[in-house]
Order: sequence, then C-alpha cells, then structure tokens
Amino acid sequence: MFSFLMAKEECISQRNKTEHSSILRNRKNIPTSLKTSQAPFTSVSKDKISQTAGHSSEDDNQSSNGSSAQLFTRRHGESPVKVLLLLVVGLSFSTRLYKITEPPHVCWDETHFGKMGSYYINRTFFFDVHPPLGKMLIGLAGYMTGYDGTFPFIKPGDKYEQHNYWGMRGFCAVLGSFLPIFAYLILLELSQSHTAAFISAILLIFDTGCITISQYILLDPILMFFIMAAVLSMVKFNQQRYRPFTASWWFWLVLTGVNLAGAFGVKFVGLFVILLVGLNTIWDLWRLLGDLSLSLVNSRIFIILLIVLMSDVRGSTILLVFFLAGGRCKALPGSSCWTHPASTLPLRYNICSALCCFEQKVGMIVECRVIIANLINYDMMMSHTLFEWSLLFCLASGPGDGFFSSAFQSRLMGNNLYNASMPEYLAYGSTITVKNLRIAGGYLHSHWHLYPEGVGSRQQQVTAYSHKDYNNLWLVHRQDDNNSQSGSPDLVRHGDIIRLEHKETTRNLHSHLHEAPLTKKHFQVTGYGINGTGDTNDLWQLEVCGGRKGDLVKVLRSKVRFLHRATGCVLYSSGKTLPKWGWEQVEVTCSPYLKETPSSQWNIEDHINPKLPNISLSVLKPHFLEILLESHIVMIRGNSGLKPKDNEMNSKPWHWPINYQGLRFSGVNETEYRVYLLGNPVVWWLNLASLGLYLIMVAVASITIQRGFSLGPKRIEQSQVLMRGGGLLLLGWLLHYAPFYTMGRVLYYHHYFPAMLFSSMLTGITVDILLNSADLLLQPPYSDWMQRVGQMVLLLSVLYSFYLFHPLSYGMTGPLAHEPGSTMAGLKWMDSWEF
Amino acid sequence: ISAMLQLPLVVTAQVDLVLVLVSLLALWTRLSRLSYPNAVVFDEVYYGQFVSLYMKRVFFIDDSGPPLGHMILALGAYLGGFDGNFVWNRIGAEYPSSVSVWSLRVLPALCGALCVPLVYLLTLELRFSHLSALGAAVLLLLENSLIVQSRFMLLESVLIFLVLLAFFSYLRFHNAPTSSWFRYVWLLLSGISCAAAVGVKYMGLFSYLLLLGVAFLHTWNLIGDQSLNVCVQCVCRVVCLLVVPVLLYVFWFYLHLSLLNRSGPHDQLMSSAFQASLQGGLSRITQGQPLEVAYGSQVTLRSSASQPIPCWLHSHKANYPVRYENGRGSSHQQQVTCYPFKDVNNWWIIKHPGHDGGHMVDTPPRPVRHGDVIQLVHGMTSRFLNSHDVAAPMSPHAQEVSGYVDFNVSMPAQNLWKVDISNREAESEVWKTILSEVRLVHVNTSAVLKLSGVSLPDWGFRQLEVVAEKLFKAHGSSLGWNVEEHRYGTSQEPKEREAELHSPTHIDVDRKISFWAKFLELQWKMLAVKQEESEHKYSSAPLEWITMETNIAYWLHATTNAQIHLIGNPVSWGVANLSLLAYQLLAAVYMLRRRRGFKDLPDAVWDQFVCLGCVCVGGWVVNFVPFLLMEKTLFLYHYLPALCYLYLLSPALLEHTHTHLLSSSVTHRCALCVCVSAVLLSVFVSYRTFCPLTYGSPELSANQLRGLRWRDTWDILYRRR
Repeated sequence: MFSFLMAKEECISQRNKTEHSSILRNRKNIPTSLKTSQAPFTSVSKDKISQTAGHSSEDDNQSSNGSSAQLFTRRHGESPVKVLLLLVVGLSFSTRLYKITEPPHVCWDETHFGKMGSYYINRTFFFDVHPPLGKMLIGLAGYMTGYDGTFPFIKPGDKYEQHNYWGMRGFCAVLGSFLPIFAYLILLELSQSHTAAFISAILLIFDTGCITISQYILLDPILMFFIMAAVLSMVKFNQQRYRPFTASWWFWLVLTGVNLAGAFGVKFVGLFVILLVGLNTIWDLWRLLGDLSLSLVNSRIFIILLIVLMSDVRGSTILLVFFLAGGRCKALPGSSCWTHPASTLPLRYNICSALCCFEQKVGMIVECRVIIANLINYDMMMSHTLFEWSLLFCLASGPGDGFFSSAFQSRLMGNNLYNASMPEYLAYGSTITVKNLRIAGGYLHSHWHLYPEGVGSRQQQVTAYSHKDYNNLWLVHRQDDNNSQSGSPDLVRHGDIIRLEHKETTRNLHSHLHEAPLTKKHFQVTGYGINGTGDTNDLWQLEVCGGRKGDLVKVLRSKVRFLHRATGCVLYSSGKTLPKWGWEQVEVTCSPYLKETPSSQWNIEDHINPKLPNISLSVLKPHFLEILLESHIVMIRGNSGLKPKDNEMNSKPWHWPINYQGLRFSGVNETEYRVYLLGNPVVWWLNLASLGLYLIMVAVASITIQRGFSLGPKRIEQSQVLMRGGGLLLLGWLLHYAPFYTMGRVLYYHHYFPAMLFSSMLTGITVDILLNSADLLLQPPYSDWMQRVGQMVLLLSVLYSFYLFHPLSYGMTGPLAHEPGSTMAGLKWMDSWEF
Repeated sequence: ISAMLQLPLVVTAQVDLVLVLVSLLALWTRLSRLSYPNAVVFDEVYYGQFVSLYMKRVFFIDDSGPPLGHMILALGAYLGGFDGNFVWNRIGAEYPSSVSVWSLRVLPALCGALCVPLVYLLTLELRFSHLSALGAAVLLLLENSLIVQSRFMLLESVLIFLVLLAFFSYLRFHNAPTSSWFRYVWLLLSGISCAAAVGVKYMGLFSYLLLLGVAFLHTWNLIGDQSLNVCVQCVCRVVCLLVVPVLLYVFWFYLHLSLLNRSGPHDQLMSSAFQASLQGGLSRITQGQPLEVAYGSQVTLRSSASQPIPCWLHSHKANYPVRYENGRGSSHQQQVTCYPFKDVNNWWIIKHPGHDGGHMVDTPPRPVRHGDVIQLVHGMTSRFLNSHDVAAPMSPHAQEVSGYVDFNVSMPAQNLWKVDISNREAESEVWKTILSEVRLVHVNTSAVLKLSGVSLPDWGFRQLEVVAEKLFKAHGSSLGWNVEEHRYGTSQEPKEREAELHSPTHIDVDRKISFWAKFLELQWKMLAVKQEESEHKYSSAPLEWITMETNIAYWLHATTNAQIHLIGNPVSWGVANLSLLAYQLLAAVYMLRRRRGFKDLPDAVWDQFVCLGCVCVGGWVVNFVPFLLMEKTLFLYHYLPALCYLYLLSPALLEHTHTHLLSSSVTHRCALCVCVSAVLLSVFVSYRTFCPLTYGSPELSANQLRGLRWRDTWDILYRRR
C-alpha cells in the first residue's frame, strides 16, 4: 500500500545526486538544473531513474551545443529578444496611451479614486475601505503633473474642463503598459520560449478589457502592476537559487518584498499574490530540505530562506503598520460630512513611512516603529484645535469612530475621548453610553420601533449600534427609583442593582424568558415600561470584572457586566446583524451562559453628570498591535459589508471567465460617448479553452511519464515547462479567482482582471507547447509549417478581433449595437453585453 | 464426480469470537428497549412527516438530502405496517398503539450496531492488530452519542455505517491478492455503498471523494508498474467506483419518483409540467385542456421563477396610488401583480391586435406562434396589459406594468406584446400549454415582462410586483411565463365571459414528461431551494463540537425528569482529540526527518502509517472542514461521522507508538498497559454515568442531574416540583 510514496522517496534521493552533480558541472546552466530536479512523477523503478538521468545528461549536451535552438528560439540568440521585446514595449505603450484624454469627463470609479487623490493633494482626511498606497500614488502623479486638487469629482460624467487630469490617467496607463512586458519576461523565465512569451504579451496588449481598465484613474492598474512585478521578481529570484547572497540574489529578493508590499498596499486582493509567493517559498524550502548535500547547521541558505518565509508571513503584519501610518486618518469622520483642513497628514510623511516599511521587510523593524511613533506624535501636535461637539452631529450620519473601541478612539484627535474630561466614577442619575468590548462592538441602543410579530414579545427593540447617536444614551437609576435627591449623587458600586432607562424613549432595559430573535439559546432583551416604571424584569446587577464588593465603577477603564436579576443571564452582544426590521443593527441578547467573553463585557464610554466635577481622564492606552488588529478588523468588516442592493445587477464569479457581461465606464444612451469595459472575446474564450486544454495536456504528459514511455529530450523539457511553469501560473489563477466564490460582498467584473493576467500567461505556455507538438502528427517539414500557420492564425485572429472591438475601449458614439446603423452592428455576440 | 462425492463432508469454520462478542454487545446496547420513549423524539418529527408521505405516496421535496435515507426509514415503517396516519406535529407527542415504534426505529439501530464490528474489521484491514481493532470497537461501543443517534428514526447511523462499509470493502479489495477475481465483488460493494452513502445524506459525498482520492493514488502506482497490463484494471475501477455510483444515485431518484405519484403540499415548487405528471392536483385541472394556445384562448400565466414563491399574473380593480410613499408619481392605472393563489382574476385572454372582437376562438383555432404580436386582456376587468416609460413602484429602474385605463392624459396605450418562446428548440414554434416557456417582449420599448419578486405595500395587497425590464438587464427564470390553465373562449360579451371564467375547465388529455426531465428538475430544485436561516435553540457552531460545548435535549418525559440527551462520552471524546493532535505532530516530525534522510520507520510501516492518516485523519477532515464553510443551521450530531474516524485512529496510533516508538524496557510497557486500562476503565465509567441520559431511564433526581452537568454550557432540564 502506498508504495508510490516509497518510490517517490527513492526517486528524490536519486535525483538529488544528479542535480548536485549538474550544479557542480555547470552552475550557471539553469534550465538544465531545472530539468533534472524533476517532479516526483518521473519514475518508479530504479532502471527508469537511470533512464531519466541519461536523458537529461543527453539533453545537457544538446542544449549546450545549441542544437535544439531551432526548436525554441533560445536566449543565446540575443537579437530576436531585443526586437520582440521592443515590439512588445512599443505596442503596449501605444495601445494604452492612445486617446488617453478621451472622454474628457469623469468615468465610473474615477469619481472615488480621483477624489481621494485630490484629498492627498489637499491634505484632507478621509475614510475608505482600501489601503492607502494606490491613492497616494494617484495623488502624487496628479501633483507632479500640475493638477491642483480642486476638481470636485462629484459624479461620473462631470466634465474636467481646464483641470489637468491627464497626468493621473497617464500614470495609470503607464503602469498598465508594463503588464504585457512583465508577462513577456515572466514567460521567458518560465518557458525559455520566445513564442510563448510573445503570444501571452500579444493577448494582453490587444485585450480591450486590459486597455480600458488601464486608461482611467483606478486602483486596478496599480494593483496589477505590483502583482506582476512581484511575480516577475519571484521568478527571477528562483533563477538565482544556486547563487545565494550574490548581489542579484539580494536584489530580486528585496524587489519581491517591495512589490508584495506594494500590491497589498493598494488593495486587499494583494493578499493573494503574497500567498502565491509564500507557497512558492515553502516549496523552495521543502526542496532545499531534501537536498542532502546541504548541511542544515551550516546552510545559510536554509536559514535565510526561512527568514524570507517568515518575512512573507510577517509581510502582512508589516503592511498593517504601513496601512496604519497612511490610513490612520480613516478612523476619522467621513469626508462626506466633515473635512477638517487643519488636521492634515503630510504627503511626504506617508511616503516616508512607506519607504521605511519596505526597509523593514529586510529587518529594520525597530527604526520603522520609531518613525511611525514620531509621525503619530507630530500629527497630534499639529491638530490640536478640535471641536468635539460638532463631531457628534457628524457621526450620526457618516461612518466613523463609533466602530472603534473607546480605547482606540482616545488615540484619535478630534474624538471626544481624546483628552477626555468627565466624572471619573459612575454615579446614579448619570447619562451614559455603554459600549460592547467585542472588537468593533457597538453601543447599547434602543429606538421607538418594536420587535415584529413572532419575534419574542412585541416590545421595543434593543440593539447594538456602531454609530454615535442620541439613542445610545441611557440613564442610571436605583432599583427603587428616586433620583431626585439633592447634593452630590451616590456612586454606583460593584454588585449594585440598577435600572437603565433609555433617555429618548423612557423605556427600561428589560429581559424575559423569550427566545432572542437570532441567537435562540439566549433570551430577548427589550425596552419596557413607560417613564421609568416597569417591573422586576428591569433590574440588572452591575459587576466590575475582577472587582470586589464595594468597588467603584471607573468610566472608560472598568469592564463591567450586567446580570439580569430575574433570570440570572448576562447582557450580551452576539455580533449578528438583525434583518431589515431591526435596521440591520446588531443583536443584543441576554445570555444564560456566564462565561466571560468580550461579548458580555461592556464599558461606560460617555458619562454626563452635571452634579459631579469633570476630571481629565487618561484612557487605558491600547497596545500597538491591538490597534493594528482592531483597525483591520474594522476595515475588513467594512469591505465585506459592501452588500449588493436589492435592484443592483450582481455579477457572479462564474460570469467572468466566459466574458458574460462587462461594466459601463461611461455613457448609456446613443447620444453619449460610450466606453464599455469588456474583454476581447476572442482572447478571453481562448484563455478559457486553453485552461481546459492545459489540464488535458498535463494529464496526458504525466500519465506518459508515470507509465515510463521513453520520451525525447524535447518532450521531457516541454512537460517540465508545462508542469512547473504552467503549474505556477495555474496556481496564481486559482488563488486570484477561487476565493471570490466564498466572498459575500458585492462583486464586479473587474475583480477578475488579476486572474485574467495569469490565465493569459498560461495560454501562452499551453498554445506554444501544443503547436510545438505538431510533430506528433506530421512529419518534420510539415509540422514546422503547421506550427507557423498556427501562430499566424492566432496572431491574425487576435489582431482582427481587436480591430473589431477596439471602439469598446477607445469610445464609441451613435446607435447601440442591436440597432441598425451602429458601428458595432453584428458584434453583440452575447445578449448580455450592453454596448 | 467421485471426488466430489467423497465423504465425509467437512465444513471448517473459523469464528472470531471477539468479533462475535462485540457484535452481540453492540446489538444489545443499540436494540434493547428500542420502543421505550413511546413518543416522538427530536428530529423524528421531521423525518416522520416524510415517512407518512411515502406511505401515502404523496410527492414531496426535501432539500436536506437525497431520497434514499427517507426511503430506508419508510421501509422500516412499511414492514411494521404503518399506514401513514399519524400527525408528526411536535416533539414529545405520544405514539398511538397502532404505530409500531420498534419497526420505525429498528433499521437505523441495526446500522448503528453493525458499525461496531465494521470498525473492528476495518482496523484489521488497515493492518493493525486485533487488540487495536478491539480498542476501536470498544470506543465506538461505549460512545453515548452514537447510541442515542442510532436508537431513533434518524439517519446519521445509516450514513456512518455506509461510509465505513465503503472503506472496509475498498481496503478488502486492495489487500486481496491481485490474482483473485473475487476481489472485484468487494470493489463493487464499495461503489454501491458509496452511492448509498451519498444517497442518504449529501455529507456522504465528501467521504466518497476521499475514497476516490485514495483509489486514485493506488491506481496511479499501478500505472507506474510496467510489468502489468493495467488497462482492464483501470476500467474495472472506473466502472465500479464512478459509473456504478452515479447510476445508482440516479436510481434512488427513479425509485423516489415512481413511489411518489400523487400530488401534495410541495407541488407548488415544481414546474407546471412536473405537476401535471402527478396524480391529482394540477393534472386534475389540466387534464383535457387544449394543447395549443390560440387567439381567443383564456389562460392563466404562471411565472417560471419559484423565487420567492410561485405565482400567477394577476390584475384587479384597484389602481396604482397617484403618489407613492416616497413622493414618486405613478400612472394611476390599474395594478398588475403576481398572485400566489388560484383566483378568477388570474385569467387573461389572448387577443389578436388587428381584430376588433377577437375574444373568441375562431374555428379552426389559429394558434399563436413564436414571434407573433398579441394583446393580453384581463378577463374580469377587460383592461389591456400595458407598459410604458413610468418607473415601477418598488423597482424604479424598471418600467411599470399596468392594466391600461384611458385617462385622456396624453399617455397612449402601448399594449402590444411579442411572444418569444425560449424553449422552442425543445418543443415547437407553436405556443403550447404548460410546455412552452414564453417571454413577453413589449413591442414599443423592447422590455420584457418580469416578476421582480418584491412584495408591494398595503395598497397592492402585499402581492408581488410585476415589471417590464430591459432585456439585457434581466436574465434567468424570472422572465419566463407559462400557460397553466387554458381553455378556448366561446363568449364575446363580458358578462358571459365572466360566468365562463368562473366555471372550471375540463376536457381530457394526458401529458407525461420523461424521467430525466423530472430528475433534473427535482435535483436542481433540491439544491436551489434555500431554507429560512434560523438558529435553533440547540444548534451549535462546528468549532464547538471538538470540545463538545453543547448538547441537544432529544426528549423529556411529560411528567417526570426522565430525559434523553445527545451527549458524547467525554473521556472518549478527549482521547479522540488527543490522538488527532498526536498523529499530526508525529506525521510532521516523521516527514521532516525523512526529508533529511533519516528513515525512522521501515518502508512498510511508513506506508501503513500514511494509509492510517489518509483514511482516518483525511476522513475527519473531509467530514468536518466543510461544515466550517456552510451557512446552514448545524447540530452536534453532524460531527458524529468525523468522530468515528477518530475512534478508528486512536487505538491504531497507540499500537504504532507501542511497537515503534517505545523502548522495549518492561517498565515502559507496563506503564503503557496501566495507562490504557485506566483510560478504558474511565471510558466505561463515564459511559455508565451518562447512561440515564442516553436511554432515558432510570429517572434521575434534580441533584443527580445537576451533577451530570459537567460543563456550564450544557442544557440539562429539571422540573421544578
């Protein structure tokens, strides 16, 4: 049983020997060593191993003689490289930069990202769900090209007039132009074949979708630039594997880190490429571990690679630091309702922090932290003029601080908890807000609406709400309710029995033996009674966590629990979102399980009692890492909270590879200038077909090898390229595509583009090898012809389809495609396309 | 011949007495006093209704799983002579004497009991010793949660039995000498039990995939073996493990559909064609309807979408409000909605645009074809179905659809609709009752009549909104409509027509759709139907199962404290978790060391170790991890299949430790023996402790019950006296 594994073991140890010898013989011949370190499919019995080894040595000779150069254009022939590369560069820049200023109005999401770029130029705070790097770069590009940040970017379709918008668009387009070039270089490394590299570059150059998405002020071209650059430097680094610690080794290693940081700093999707590189590193380590010629103790490579792996894992953490430095402002109120010109975050500081994070990738964690700490201090000094009360108004309408814990808020200038001043100990008769201690937990909240029929009893709803609101205010009463005493009020102590009255509606916080609306194991919490008169179910015992009888309740710092007197349950926030009847606020229940979790712990955040003196309070400062974690959890919640609206046409992940439906960038009617984001159908369907083809080819190749058929050196090399290079690209495609199936947030067509890059590169390899295998069917001269014809047909059909569909990217006017007289008549191949 | 008749006739039999013993014990623990709580226990209330429907042969659709499981339960009921006349309405309801409780529960209990010897045999097939096998059997035997789950009319025990059987027979096949052809019987058995497992619950699919993975690895090795001709072998495997299971899976549905041929409460979810194939129900109405829709036909139009609810195109004498709540204006014309009940207002007349009269069918009837332009007249109010460039009430991005009222406000009638038969390739160009799926395209605006699925507010009587949407925006089944009830109109005058509409249709024709069409539709509906998300009082999250955070109260005696809970044996549960951790740790260490060339284990032992991991840890993973991604309401009993794999793992891992890791010193071995016996003893003790909650007797006092509440999070009920 499982003798396969055993055989694999033997095979690996055998292989290592050959590999080692080949390294000694010719250290620089990378393709050869790649070839010999073949996947475990190679062989089962010992004689087969020798066979394979024989092949590879034979192959060695051949390739060093250059006799197989006619099959593949080798990298020895330098001139075609340069010609092809120059061609790719020229074509890609000219297709992307052509008509860059058209249309001269705001298109699609330019309204967001252009606006955010302007904010950076104007140094205004804002709130967004994406990390800051992309928007900073856009801002920088605009700044450098003379855009003054005054254009409001209110809605798509607004004319730019005299504003200098071309700089930002041009910057994105330049980054987008690098994609085909990177694809070319990556494939050259992976497959050593110019044909494959050229095919995938052509596919990307003439894909209308890639052109369109590169030409506007969007985050996607920047993101894809970093993704491709990261993959390229990773592939280059893999090539340096046998020359550790040389300058180029370090160069590509550091560059990989920088690009990963860049990708993740633009959008969270960058995480997937970090995963790809991480998996590649793990595989590399596993390979090195099996290399018995390297001693573990002395092997610096191993240790260094381990560090690389760690830094990949840490990469995300580091980026969070980066994110915090640049994106700290997002904890402040939404720009839609409030902008505060005094509280600025200087651009250069953000860039500085970005740079220092890159350095940190190679180990300078301490310095970075110092710089960031300084940054925060600097900002705090700068924006000392705060108007606290206007904040409350503002926060009622926009997203803001309320999402964060009290401790976090106290670190944000502009927040009422920053240098808070309030009575220190909770007293009877005070007006308070109560905040849950779960990460991103809400305030205890109630409003006039009742629970609907069928959900427990029809009493007033009590929820947890993340925004600051007057309905979060509660009054603290004694159980026997006489708060009209004069003099200084009594303080509340641990173990006291209190009643909480909702200030706006004068209902008491109440619980009873009905099932809670969502968490059926818990009891329902309602608002009950009128003007403070209720029943015994309104009584709650207040406990300070870790406190003893008689302890006072410290505002902001004490963690408290509310135990229901009648049923013994504890006030609990489950974190589940109520349906529409509950305004999609968070459920509050009374849990019979008394385990201490943050969900059942609360703190008193605001405390207003005119009879007590206000004291300046220092809130417990959260740890640096806690801030990181919290800000990210809030961001990610914000991201996944982007749920589709009822009437919105929701794009499904399965739509994307078949090019089912595009996105309108500009214009709807016949009179308008229309740009439609849609991939070149020929390219996309070719990609789809070659995914299937690739799987079939790999299956055939691996069965042939496993069955031990003797193959020529060319075939062996091809199957190597197919499995290793193609495998890497397939993994990249999967990592950038499959996760979308599990996402609950609203999805758009353009989310597929990073995956599409990998898919196109895979097509390059697949088609090239398929055409190269023409000699399986035909005799040599004919097979060469067939190969040439195939390449020509491919090239021409891509070019012709680009000619047909280019108005999608470069804009079209006149009647829609299904109407007579349209320039696009007859091109609406699918009903779902909307041009 | 003489040799064959030679005497004496000798039968030599080898009986594994241990196996017999554990089997008997298993039967005793699972089958004794099986009919004891003579009341509906927990999910019996759910499965029971389906058993009743089987007995009455009434069609139903259950999205929780394929039909084989229900059919097995129904078989037990059938053998016990259950007639289906029992209302399964609440947990704890007493069974009447006419219901044979024993026979309802015996099949799952039998399966549960057979799991124990099966685990014993499976351990042997994994090439571990009889002692390990005995250990695994004992762990399974004394697991309270498995006993509880087996003793009632529930499906988990059946699923576990089938999955274990599949692995056992596959390994039997794999371990048998290559020369014997008899081993393919085992392979076939493995395929059959896989199909049965998937047919009982969809969770079985993951175990099936794991088995396929293991079989693939073996086959892959086989391909590498150049001394063999592998073609036949590969084909045999593919047939037994792929083709047979798929065919059998379809066969379960064939049985299901041929057993259930009467219409019932779930008909509404299915298409009209499907409903028409069931006895009673729609077929009673539609029998004898004219097949081809003609100008002048009176029809009801049913939306092809079953979301949110199946409904018919409807209109009534009420207009859209002049202003909606949000201040937007409407056309103030007559409402057109979609109504989920049969009603005389669902009738529409198909009219030729040119004809002035045209409310009657000509002789011979002129059928409506694909591409024809028609008008639709509402039968009771004679308003024309109309649409125009006014925003719809709830979906403002789409056009309003109304019954046209001429208010003389420069809003001309736009009441022409083009008939677009979307399944004309399969059926025909002619519009047919029930069979044709039709899209109605508005001629003036080329928008399509669509059910938006939103409920109208009170002014629309909470009926569903119907809109006209631009073709490219809308897609899917919400666009399609089909004619359900149909007759040729014979009266021109509105008064006569009203009377005609009130009278029922009848003429005779019978329509059958093929099994495949029914199968595909049923399968699709089962996967697509979403149940209301609601948390149950005893539901739990997957991560809580590992530590057995929650229990489930299955049954409580009406007057006393006697009760049954799904609580596992805490000691065995701990042992299982420990062995899972230990295996992963050990495997990681072994792998790293082997990679560096240290071979701690001989290859044969390493293979055995890997195989153990693939089956047991793999089995745990595939039966546990998918739940983490599911959004269903989950219960502790979903964890039981995964748990069984861990019970299989623990003794085998112990044996491995004993033989290969422990030094041979006597003290170590003695210490291990003592430890093992102590653990077994405590397993037994905790089994005994929880027995009252497992079997529901004897009744415990409140104090004793409080003592059994080992974790704060368990809900054990006491009566206040």
